[in-house]
Amino acid sequence: MINTDVLVIGAGPTGLFCVHQLGLIGLKCEVVDNLDKIGGQCIELYPDKPIYDIPGIPECTGEELTNQLIKQIKPFKTNFHLNERVEEVTKKDDKWLIITSKKKQFLTPNIVIAGGVGSFEPRKFSVKDAEIYEDKSIFYSIKDKSIFQGKDISIFGGGDSALDWAVEFSKSSNVKLIHRRDEFRGSEASVQKVKDLAKNGIIELHTKYQLDSVEGNGAINSINIKHEEGNIKTLKTNFLLGFFGLIMKLGPISNWGLNFDKKTIKVNTENFETNQKGIFAIGDICTYPGKLKLILSGFHEGALAARGCFKYARPDEKYRFEFTTTSKSLKNRLGVKE
Amino acid sequence: MSKITYIESSGKSHTVDVKNGLTVMEGAIQNDIPGIDADCGGGMSCATCHVYVKENWFDKMPKKEDGEDDMLDMAFEPNKFSRLSCQIIVSDELEGLVVNVPAKQS
Repeated sequence: MINTDVLVIGAGPTGLFCVHQLGLIGLKCEVVDNLDKIGGQCIELYPDKPIYDIPGIPECTGEELTNQLIKQIKPFKTNFHLNERVEEVTKKDDKWLIITSKKKQFLTPNIVIAGGVGSFEPRKFSVKDAEIYEDKSIFYSIKDKSIFQGKDISIFGGGDSALDWAVEFSKSSNVKLIHRRDEFRGSEASVQKVKDLAKNGIIELHTKYQLDSVEGNGAINSINIKHEEGNIKTLKTNFLLGFFGLIMKLGPISNWGLNFDKKTIKVNTENFETNQKGIFAIGDICTYPGKLKLILSGFHEGALAARGCFKYARPDEKYRFEFTTTSKSLKNRLGVKE
Repeated sequence: MSKITYIESSGKSHTVDVKNGLTVMEGAIQNDIPGIDADCGGGMSCATCHVYVKENWFDKMPKKEDGEDDMLDMAFEPNKFSRLSCQIIVSDELEGLVVNVPAKQS
């Protein structure tokens, strides 16, 4: 059981800046995120795309912004629990008990949900029986390469994951790469490698095709793919790999008794608290009249939510407003030498 | 204003007036058309505002930019008439546009 002042859910820019604000006012926090890295949508959806509307930063990429935020919170030595999703939130006396997908437990008076549009999950095949074969014949990530040795593998997708795995598995398996169009969005070098392998007959390339159906009994033995003009081909297949990127799903957050408006959580604009005492929501996941889904709004919301956390974490203390330019105690927390 | 028709996968049809300059996605969200999620809010980075443009309209509208087809790779059951509705800007030329909404967005 980990005791902390605040549990922050989500390690995107909004969550990270909230960590900074919490640290400044002397609160300890822990951060949980379902992705395997820090940065949220900035790092998962647009690491290389420039952002032009961060105050004081004319232009930076999602990755640069993330790195700067990580640097900014360094003094607070915050623990990150990555690859983990918060599954359960229950009231325990006047605190919240949180259980994650790895069965880690936290006890805290405050939760700040900075969850974006929910947690990232792989996009999956939509054909009949795809779910039944998941983790048996159908995979969306590779954990154990050895099971694919010498087998027929059909890989779907046009990005780097699909291309790189096609190249990798072509060394020891029969690879078929299937993509919905002729162009690939992966890096030029990977695309060229795959095209060379196809030309030399080492892998089969089927473009303008998508999965139509799977056949098998307990395990898949063949699949049918459909051309955009309608004709169907059957491919001998033991394993299907799908690399269609990630999608955001709200997930278990919808079970925590919060007040929802579509997929967003209603909050007040004084400290971004939800209808549940001690649960705050900031960033893209919160809504209120006039809400803008901008990173800068998330920063503001995080700063006020942090002050909201203070009164539950330090009920006997009075919060005192201070500036980083002049306050000795803030500079101490930031590790700034004078 | 232009009239845009959204047809759900069940066949249910919604014809609404959308202000010129808004996107077909925004027209759907403002009018509570089911089936268009638009998780990223119009940033061409989530593929959850995917629609199928009626064949006779597809060639009439401005072409896709590169990034749009990359995102469509991730959409639910894309076909050659697939577009991201956040990238279609409503104008007088699109008066009467018809789009089909997929059965789901993910």
